[in-house]
Amino acid sequence: MSINKNMRILVVDDFSTMRRIIKNILKQLGFTNVVDADDGTTAWEILNKDKIDFIISDWNMPKMSGIELLRKVRASEEFADIPFLMVTAEGQQENVIEAVQAGVSNYIVKPFTPETFEQKIKKIFEKKK
Amino acid sequence: MDIKLAKPFIEATVNVLSTMAMINPKAKKPYIKDHNRALGDVSGIVGFTANGGKKGVMSVSFSKKCAIQIVKNLLGDDIQNIVEDVQDAVGEITNMISGQARAKLAEMGITMEGATPTVIMGENHTITHITKDQIMAVPFTTEYGDFVVEFSMSE
Repeated sequence: MSINKNMRILVVDDFSTMRRIIKNILKQLGFTNVVDADDGTTAWEILNKDKIDFIISDWNMPKMSGIELLRKVRASEEFADIPFLMVTAEGQQENVIEAVQAGVSNYIVKPFTPETFEQKIKKIFEKKK
Repeated sequence: MDIKLAKPFIEATVNVLSTMAMINPKAKKPYIKDHNRALGDVSGIVGFTANGGKKGVMSVSFSKKCAIQIVKNLLGDDIQNIVEDVQDAVGEITNMISGQARAKLAEMGITMEGATPTVIMGENHTITHITKDQIMAVPFTTEYGDFVVEFSMSE
């Protein structure tokens, strides 16, 4: 089974540079159905009015951080099963453990190459098969 | 200040810029900086904190030319407003260097949390290091111009 290239992807990062880098990589990989948000609060609003299939989120953001968004998503009945990729500059082991315990689907430490990004996405959807 | 502390910042800077912006900076010899004037036209600044009151500040100051090239390499044709894009990109680059450097500092037994970076633009701006301790500066050269990474840490 291949990954559905039409799935609706929500990219969350407070820096527009990183949102655009991620959207450019997704576009190169054939994913064009992408919406973005600049923090967890805005992402949560989008989740509640749009049908999101996959969340790619930064960790450190104002208002609601990525880890808070992840916990909120996993605790909800409606969104608990949405795959969640954390893309963060926080590379310390305790951050990775915290995200895994909160139910993250996969984790990328910035900086990353497009190849690493693709591999992480593939792993998430291979696990889901 | 222990010169060994420069290594995590140098490695993080080279890794971030070579991986994300296809720029391979060369570090020159670190030195102790004795003033607060920024050594570039645009600076990303981020504070570090740790349990027990330990604090630190890291900054990255780019020349205008170098900052613009980084944005071009990061975003390609997607540049919308060069001033806003430089500001945002320098913030994100600072954020990534901060994260990588702190991960390497943690391996040395120094665990610190990073704040959200701020970016200051303009000639002759200043960088305030909240600690009264020494400021270490590491100059870098690239084919697109120079930049400087600075950090200070309270004991």
